[in-house]
Amino acid sequence: MWEQPVPDEPARKRRPSPDALLDRAGGDGRGKLKIFLGAAPGVGKTYEMLLAGRAQAAAGVDVVIGVVETHGRKETEALLDGFEIIPRRQVEYRGHTLDEMDIDAILARRPQLALVDELAHTNAPGGRHPRRYLDVEELLARGVDVYATLNIQHVESLNDVVAQITRIRVRETVPDSIIDRADDIEIIDITPDDLIRRLHEGKVYLPSVAKRAIANYFSPGNLTALRELALRRTAQRVDDQLVNHMQAHAIPGPWSAGERVLVCISERSGGEALVRYGRRQAERLRAPWAALHVETSRESRLTEDGKDVIAAAMRLAGQLGAETATLPGDNVAQEILDYAATNNFAHIIVGKPRTPLWREIFTGSVSGELVRSASAVNVHVISTGAENAAASEGGAGRAGSAARRRADVTPFLWSAAFVMVSVGVGLALLQFLDVRNIGLVFLMAVLASALKGGLWPALFSSVFAALTFNFFFLPPLYTLDIGDPESILALGFFLCVAVIASNLVGRVQRQALAARNRARTTEGLFLFSRKLSGAATLDDVLWATSWQMAAMLQVRVVALLPGDGALEVRAGYPPDDTLGEADLAAAQWAWEHNRPAGRGADTLPGARRLYLPLTTGRSRPGVIGLDNDRQGPVLTPGQQRLFDTLADQAALAIDRIQLVADVDNARLAAEADRLRSALLTSLSHDLRTPLASILGSATTLKEYGGAIAAPARDDLLATIVEEAERLNRFIANLLDMMRLESGALGAAASLNDIGDIIGSALRRASKILARHKVEASVPEDLPMARLDPVLLEQVLFNLLDNARKYAPPGSTVTVRASRDADTVQLEVMDEGPGIPADDLERIFNHFYRVQRRDHVRAGTGLGLSVCKGFVEAMGGAIIASNRTGRPGAIFTLRFPAVAEPAGLDGKA
Amino acid sequence: MTTLAVRILVVDDEPAIRRLLRVGLSAEGHVIAEAASAAEAEQRIGEGQSDLIVLDLGLPDKSGLELLRLWRAAGLEAPVIILSSRSDEVGIVEALELGADDYLVKPFGMRELAARIRVALRHKLQQQGERPLFQAGDLTVDLVKRIVRVRGQDVKLSPKEYDILRMLVQHAGKVLTHQHILRQVWGGAADVQYLRVYVRQLRRKIEQTPDLPQYILTETGVGYRLREADP
Repeated sequence: MWEQPVPDEPARKRRPSPDALLDRAGGDGRGKLKIFLGAAPGVGKTYEMLLAGRAQAAAGVDVVIGVVETHGRKETEALLDGFEIIPRRQVEYRGHTLDEMDIDAILARRPQLALVDELAHTNAPGGRHPRRYLDVEELLARGVDVYATLNIQHVESLNDVVAQITRIRVRETVPDSIIDRADDIEIIDITPDDLIRRLHEGKVYLPSVAKRAIANYFSPGNLTALRELALRRTAQRVDDQLVNHMQAHAIPGPWSAGERVLVCISERSGGEALVRYGRRQAERLRAPWAALHVETSRESRLTEDGKDVIAAAMRLAGQLGAETATLPGDNVAQEILDYAATNNFAHIIVGKPRTPLWREIFTGSVSGELVRSASAVNVHVISTGAENAAASEGGAGRAGSAARRRADVTPFLWSAAFVMVSVGVGLALLQFLDVRNIGLVFLMAVLASALKGGLWPALFSSVFAALTFNFFFLPPLYTLDIGDPESILALGFFLCVAVIASNLVGRVQRQALAARNRARTTEGLFLFSRKLSGAATLDDVLWATSWQMAAMLQVRVVALLPGDGALEVRAGYPPDDTLGEADLAAAQWAWEHNRPAGRGADTLPGARRLYLPLTTGRSRPGVIGLDNDRQGPVLTPGQQRLFDTLADQAALAIDRIQLVADVDNARLAAEADRLRSALLTSLSHDLRTPLASILGSATTLKEYGGAIAAPARDDLLATIVEEAERLNRFIANLLDMMRLESGALGAAASLNDIGDIIGSALRRASKILARHKVEASVPEDLPMARLDPVLLEQVLFNLLDNARKYAPPGSTVTVRASRDADTVQLEVMDEGPGIPADDLERIFNHFYRVQRRDHVRAGTGLGLSVCKGFVEAMGGAIIASNRTGRPGAIFTLRFPAVAEPAGLDGKA
Repeated sequence: MTTLAVRILVVDDEPAIRRLLRVGLSAEGHVIAEAASAAEAEQRIGEGQSDLIVLDLGLPDKSGLELLRLWRAAGLEAPVIILSSRSDEVGIVEALELGADDYLVKPFGMRELAARIRVALRHKLQQQGERPLFQAGDLTVDLVKRIVRVRGQDVKLSPKEYDILRMLVQHAGKVLTHQHILRQVWGGAADVQYLRVYVRQLRRKIEQTPDLPQYILTETGVGYRLREADP
């Protein structure tokens, strides 16, 4: 049965194919699908499915019934006993109440196995998916196993064949991918005679409306053919499973290597039949296949219907698993052959020509040329049997051009004018030229008409030119005698010139138009990519993308990004924020499942827009929603490609922005880390240094006690006291800093006499200022200020401490209070080196000294930061500046002044 | 400097503080009893007479304020000096209002503590009779004749100013809270800022450098204290 493999087949073909292995492993948590396939209604699929479900339940599997149609048959109904039936969803549609399978209820219930009848059923509008097989796909994706029933006539690729057999074209089809993906197919088979008997016994469900038609359906011939179809399809599937098994175990076998199939699609109808045929061939050869459409310049003249035909055929091809491609070109046959040669296609499938023979002689036909020119490739010319199509297609084309013709009479007037002009010129040149050569002038008129008006005006002008030439120039003059054979010759030449020239002109114009369009698209893409590279933020990218898509695709765009757990509109063109519930649901679904949803898609088609997820390599940044006013799908396949290009560019830009943000964050984090460790080092130093002195002095006293002379001992003791007090000051600043940071300052405002506070601060600082001179000046009439006395005293103390650190011993530290309009001003001045100009603001920063890595005076530098925090908490302001005229720093505090409280008695 | 051998009860949960106080106060000639918690303090009080109590506000088992309130309610008259941590002005004021005599902020030096104890004991001993003449530095106040002299000059004070000064003199060396002064002088119906205004005026009249006062000292956030009388 198997052919021997070719002896020089490379060893790598013997290794198990990874796809096959994956298939066998059962993939990634998906549920398993088993299809009960029958040739016709009534063979007993539902019955068998229920039996199988029962067996599973008996084995302990958690089984529920998703939807089962018993159609009143008692035996089937009896089998329903004991199953949990998930209640159906009620849907109102056109005044009727319909039941549909409730997919959400099933998902909530999470059974192991669900039984679903009639896989090809179309759901009532308003559900999440328009078709039941899509519901089943979602159930499988969520890990629920499904048993389903299906009739062979519903299989997409067999649609034409079934129609030929039964003369009934079935509209509800299920794509072949479902069957191919099914883990198991069980064919429910009974002989046609048995089935007809069951029909007469009334055991077969028939919708009463179509009884008569269906009775025809149940002829023995039909049933036999359908049965064979079903058996053959199942055999094919079994064969596939066998091949998978062999590939997974590296058993060599007769699987084909690369006899790829190419289907050629044109605007002629019948493309869908070609696609299905192509799929069957590809299946038989077990090879990948593709659908190609060559876009000629003639296509810009196609009506919408024509474009839709192409789009529909390409879409179907994609659905059935083909790669699709669209190439520009004018020599269709040559383009097809080139593509086939480059991409190693062994078979080309093309439709039978439908043009009449005479036309074919002139213009050639694609299929004829292919057959003639193909060398290494097999060309299959298929009759698609679309009888009415030719007439309707031609009619549509003619209707369009008829409309055009009716509107446009001007080119004919121009033609007439050209001819009259050449008459005039001819008459004028009659003196110099022979009559025969005058004819050439008329040739110019015909050429001009062709250039100006196209084919029909050119033909008209050639006839008119011939007549006038005859009338005015050929003897006998002024008569339309066409007795002279030469004039007929002239007419013939004129006509030829007219036709050739106008054709040429038309083609050139069309090509120019097409080239212009392509150039415009490319230009648009180029500008877009430049705009994106200049975009600095995510929102910029989204706005640019929305605008570009709206402009290039003639659609309305919204861009949604996740935020706060749900998607929200971040940009759009034209700007429009409103999203209905259906739209939000569709957008959410599209984002979660990374597949299109919404208008025209398989899921939630009731939404207003089509939602397409944006993906980059790293993440899924968001969703784009598209909408336009045309009927039918939002994007044609050509536009789909353009959209993909734009979306890819946008996705790259988004990635870039995120990466930049990540880099920035990493840098900030590193900087913060560095600062933190520097801070810890400095704090540690500030705490440990005084402790070192204290501990050192104390232990020295302890160890050597009596051996140390009294003055030295006093020295050590004094050190201990000083350092302890220094440590105390530092800890006080640290605690104040923490209070400020944590917001637990608790400033208690009251009216205070600033002089009072200055006095107490100076008293507290008297010890550390022992080696400096201190001056204080407070005017008698200084108004009170509203502040917290404890905080202000600490601020002054810190400023005095700071002055002490920088001012040389013996110099003067001055505290001065004054009044300035409605503020009270306090100044603390020293005679130290002053503050560098560009540090005047920064010295109040936390850990300023740490940031400067100032090793002159070690320390963390908290005091001034505490001052600023306290002063601002009290509603005042603090500024650092330098003295004028001599070195030294000035710290100025300002507070709003408050009038003295009224009602005091007895001033002395 | 008084050299009476006084019984001082030290209540603090920190052993180091207790040790330090024991050594320091013993050097002054006092007799020290210790308690590490409120319960122990109660016990010590019950055992015998204490002339002065040094009380830490931050005790583990009961708040120092609670103890103070209980003691004063039970009629304990011994002066109490409280130890408190920094930035607890509210707690300090409350303790003074509850009957503490004075306060010290940790960390403190021994000299300050000794001064506070001295002042507290002096006032206790002299509570019955007021000393008629107060003298500190250049300031002389005769409470009987109501005469105030500074650097040899008589000073004229308004009635309120005099009342304030008299109060300060009567508690010279001890802290008086704002509220206490307000209650005594104004009967409680006035705001602190009035007091501040009066004190400023008082300082202008009495102090040599009003901006660096030597006599009327501000205890920020708590009250005022008049300098101790010369011995």
